[in-house]
Amino acid sequence: MNSITSFCRIRNNRFTTEQLVIEHPAASKDEFSIGLYERLQLNYPKFYKMDQQCRLGYIASELVLKGVDVSAYADSFSLVLSNADGSLDTDLRFQQSISSVASPSLFVYTLPSMVAGEICIRHKIKGENAFFVTPSFNAELLIEYVDSLLAGPGDHACLAGWVNVLDAQHDILLYLVENRRVNGSRAHNMNELNKLYGQ
Amino acid sequence: MKIESLMADLKKQIVEALNLRHINPDDIGDDQALFVDGLGLDSIDALELIVLLQQKHNTKIANAQDGPKIFKSVRTMAEYIQANASR
Repeated sequence: MNSITSFCRIRNNRFTTEQLVIEHPAASKDEFSIGLYERLQLNYPKFYKMDQQCRLGYIASELVLKGVDVSAYADSFSLVLSNADGSLDTDLRFQQSISSVASPSLFVYTLPSMVAGEICIRHKIKGENAFFVTPSFNAELLIEYVDSLLAGPGDHACLAGWVNVLDAQHDILLYLVENRRVNGSRAHNMNELNKLYGQ
Repeated sequence: MKIESLMADLKKQIVEALNLRHINPDDIGDDQALFVDGLGLDSIDALELIVLLQQKHNTKIANAQDGPKIFKSVRTMAEYIQANASR
């Protein structure tokens, strides 16, 4: 029986986990991500170099995986992410930068899967990872794909969710699915996942 | 420009260009290694430093193999700029 054992939701300048709700009004998306990073007292120097999508994906992953020993799962810990706008937010900034001198550090973030890479590097995730671009949050797709990864003998876990940033809008839901029942965990099904996304 | 002033400018420009907000420019040593064990810069940062030299100091690196020597520290960067900046 697969279950959702932790989650993090970031939307409309609001940050929500099972234990924590933070409202963090900010004048700009830069101010929001940096403010959240400082408020949560995180410490990862590479954070400042990331684009907004990676910053918020990184912050959410820190909270979801707090206390989780990813290395214990070895190759059985996977990552499945999705969004609607790919890396368009950074693509547009890069397009603007080309008029002077193209920024190499901006260019590397013109791929939607960079957020997956940053999370894998940070948490040393070595299992399968996938990134889907869909018109809107698709709970059915995520559940089917994650369930297929968690099938089979032994302990499996998957960090999954939705990481979408465009202009001033950010819409993040990251959650951990494990193939075991934990006290207080939620069932890994459409109803529960849509409830989390609706928060 | 004196090399001390040039190094002070470079430190500010490096922090700004590489988004090193957690580092105070004045805390970067003149001879501190920029890569790996020093400031911990990576290969993408190296590209950004090349752009910085071109944009802010009108200096191009003619031979890519010289990169590790030029970007060893703020002092080596400043020395390269003084020796090679286009006038």
